[in-house]
Amino acid sequence: MEDIAVLGVGMHPWGKWGKNFVEYGVVAANAALADAGVDWRDVQLVCGADTVRNGYPGYVAGATFAQALGWQGAAVTSSYAACASGVTALNSARAQILAGLADVAMVIGADTTPKGFLAPNAGERGDDPDWLRFRLLGATNPTYFGLYARRRMELHGATQEDFAAVKVKNAKHGFENPNARFRKAVTLEDVAASPIVSDPLRLLEICATSDGAAAMIVCSLDYARAHGHTDPVRIAGVSTVSPTYPNTTIDLPNFATDSAFGVSEPERGYRASIAHAAYEQAGVGPDDLDLAEVYDLSTALELDWYEAIGLCKPGEAEQLVRDGDTTIGGRIPVNPSGGLACFGEAVPAQAIAQVCELTWHLRGHAGARQVDGARVGLSINQGLFGHGSCVIVRK
Amino acid sequence: MKTRVPAVDGWFTMGDEPALLGSRGAETGSYFFPKNLAFSRNPVAPTEELTEVELSRRGKVWSWATNHYEPPAPYMSPDPFVPYTVVAVELVEEQMVVLGPLAPDADPSTLSVGTEVEVTLGTLYEDDDHEYVIWQWKPVN
Repeated sequence: MEDIAVLGVGMHPWGKWGKNFVEYGVVAANAALADAGVDWRDVQLVCGADTVRNGYPGYVAGATFAQALGWQGAAVTSSYAACASGVTALNSARAQILAGLADVAMVIGADTTPKGFLAPNAGERGDDPDWLRFRLLGATNPTYFGLYARRRMELHGATQEDFAAVKVKNAKHGFENPNARFRKAVTLEDVAASPIVSDPLRLLEICATSDGAAAMIVCSLDYARAHGHTDPVRIAGVSTVSPTYPNTTIDLPNFATDSAFGVSEPERGYRASIAHAAYEQAGVGPDDLDLAEVYDLSTALELDWYEAIGLCKPGEAEQLVRDGDTTIGGRIPVNPSGGLACFGEAVPAQAIAQVCELTWHLRGHAGARQVDGARVGLSINQGLFGHGSCVIVRK
Repeated sequence: MKTRVPAVDGWFTMGDEPALLGSRGAETGSYFFPKNLAFSRNPVAPTEELTEVELSRRGKVWSWATNHYEPPAPYMSPDPFVPYTVVAVELVEEQMVVLGPLAPDADPSTLSVGTEVEVTLGTLYEDDDHEYVIWQWKPVN
């Protein structure tokens, strides 16, 4: 499969700014256009990632941003795939570019989030598992993160200090990232002193919800060349696979896993299958990676991702953190942006932001957090209801 | 005397030996929870017949998490809020993991992966006339 080019990336800083999500998106869009040197009126396709907490404009994100930037006739798509929405939008742009339907496209996501736990939509909705898990179990998102974390402690001997070390690392990485919301050095003692949310996880180990926006300008390699970009960052693989039956790891917002009765289990668990599909497309493997951005919804979950993307065998992730392998300067830096630990989650923007970060590293433009000589990077995430995404970029 | 009613209809039985109610595919033997009689999610046999079955009353702890913050609505929190534990339980025969609250009189610090637990009933919340009942997992012994 042919690569597409990343011509420009841009973000609105993450925070709690109290503005309409469209304002953030326009800032990110204009930054990406300026970075790409592309005039908005030349963009042929706008692929928006939806927000479900901001009314109708959020459900039609592609059109919302096309209108906000000034109608110019571009085709639009709007995608919702929970935490994977941003890359689902990117894959929509990529598919149209590779099919020859568009040469240059904008991918964009922005969100304004409420304070506190993400909650289900309002109303009495007894047939919606997302509503029922709150009503019957009080199973917030951190509850599932707590289940995964405790499982690591029981199976692999992980300690709460191992989990805290992930936060310390990510806080160090994000300290000088101008787009990060939380830019503060954190010690193991700070983590241990923060209140327990979902035992064994503490407040400083669970990602917050944030306002923010990210945008990219992507195009065909021919378009890039014709506009003087001889060696752009390229997108070599994009995976948006769903699970394969039986999915035997309990996932948000479910009450139960699939039953493995009478069937053979898939070769890979769901998280590993998301990465595998992107590796296959790009023709690379874990050993080729120079950096990765993984979805650290919790500190412990970052360790699960190390194994899912093949950085180590199951049960070995704690050792990678202890040895500093995933710190900038180590063998394979993970979350050089600071990750969700420093950003908090702005759902439709987050997966796009991950790719923005990879792009800056491959260009050598990541400033104080630069991973030297980065040529291949991977981003990955997972969301509710069987969504996941993975992107591999190279230069 | 308040009337005891299930907090959700058709998910579990209310007798002395309560059990979760799932569904099972006639061709594949696959189990599903919550019960779904409309369609099979096993891609091998999407049109197979489904029947209601009681799931195993006992299982083994897969993992657990204790929440120390009050969750948002629609959770019906006691006032004042009381920390509670959610357990993931592996059902050996069904080869699936099912969530549920830990019985509030059980101590989460005694749990390990593999601890044997069984289904019991407890109160999720109450109003003036009703006690709304939920399944809970309780360590055997």
